[in-house]
Amino acid sequence: MNGDVMMRVHGDSAPVPQFDETPWVTPKPLAESTVAIVTSAALHRSSDEGFQPGDTEYRLLRSDARDLVLGHWSPNFDRSGVAIDLNVVFPIDRLEELAAQGTIGAVAPRHASFAGNQPDDVATIRLDSGPRAAAELVADGVDVAIFTPV
Amino acid sequence: MSTLAHVFEAAGIATVVLAATRSVAERIHPPRALYVPFPLGRPLGKPGDAAFQHDVLARAFALLEAPSAPVLEDYPEEIVAEEVALTCSLPPRFDPDLAAAVDEASGLRKAYDRALARRGVSSVGRAISADDVPKVLGVLDDIANGLNWKEADIPGRNTTAVCHDIRTYYEEAALELVDASAAAPDGRAAEAWFYERTEAGKTVLAARQAIKDQGGPHPAWFYMTPGHR
Repeated sequence: MNGDVMMRVHGDSAPVPQFDETPWVTPKPLAESTVAIVTSAALHRSSDEGFQPGDTEYRLLRSDARDLVLGHWSPNFDRSGVAIDLNVVFPIDRLEELAAQGTIGAVAPRHASFAGNQPDDVATIRLDSGPRAAAELVADGVDVAIFTPV
Repeated sequence: MSTLAHVFEAAGIATVVLAATRSVAERIHPPRALYVPFPLGRPLGKPGDAAFQHDVLARAFALLEAPSAPVLEDYPEEIVAEEVALTCSLPPRFDPDLAAAVDEASGLRKAYDRALARRGVSSVGRAISADDVPKVLGVLDDIANGLNWKEADIPGRNTTAVCHDIRTYYEEAALELVDASAAAPDGRAAEAWFYERTEAGKTVLAARQAIKDQGGPHPAWFYMTPGHR
């Protein structure tokens, strides 16, 4: 079986956390919004501490950082794309272009990186590290976040 | 990702998820999600194609116009990773006294170094450095040929990390050896090349099977390669 098909079939039956409601923020106009990236590719700067298996913490990535390496522990996705072009996972140059065009208001000064392979209950990122990361981006004035998985 | 979108939206940030698996987004129902039917590992679809990436972002940001949650739409173009091995030359056999994978890895070092010089960064280094790749392939070759994996000198005792580094060393080197004027390799083409064409890939697969046959615990061998291999 094709690897992506296998992983998506696996996802169809994987346990997921239950949410009774979906929260909702009425967005500001995009042209006035500060936009951040939140990725689950476990990207980190080469000089920073890497991610451990089951790591529930996050790293904040400055907008000018390009020395990013892949810290995700799963062997089950293509890694050549991000080796060719960081933007295929972390579209930082695209956001800079959109800001220069005035399509978005600004690129956030920092972005958040988590490891996608979390413990099944995802309790820590839901109740602890996730809210902490969100609060840091709110403090940076972030209005909109685009989420990029691998 | 969809879980984190709930968390960030609750904190006051408007979120848009590029969802890799549609059924997961359906069940977690984040505020706004665009299902991107692309090779896993490429949520923006096409490396080196800024116009395509901008189209993905434009369709994602358009979901911010929706009047209520949850919103789940599909990106209209599917990209399938066909897993056809990329065409990439391999070094000729140099030292017949070495295991083939060890010889091969040494021969790829200049390509790896060019990749590192061009990109300024490498994802090799989780458990071993590029310098260690040939030696550790020798250890895996020994395991494949009967050495008990418990007695083998596996750096960090972490087969997943070691195999990540070996595969990444090869894939980063391979990207220097393919035709740079051609379109970027398809998703999983480098992976297919590694496991189907290289001595190192064959050695990793054989060592994985040997550890399994020796009764090694599931995590010790399963994550050495993608699950479908």
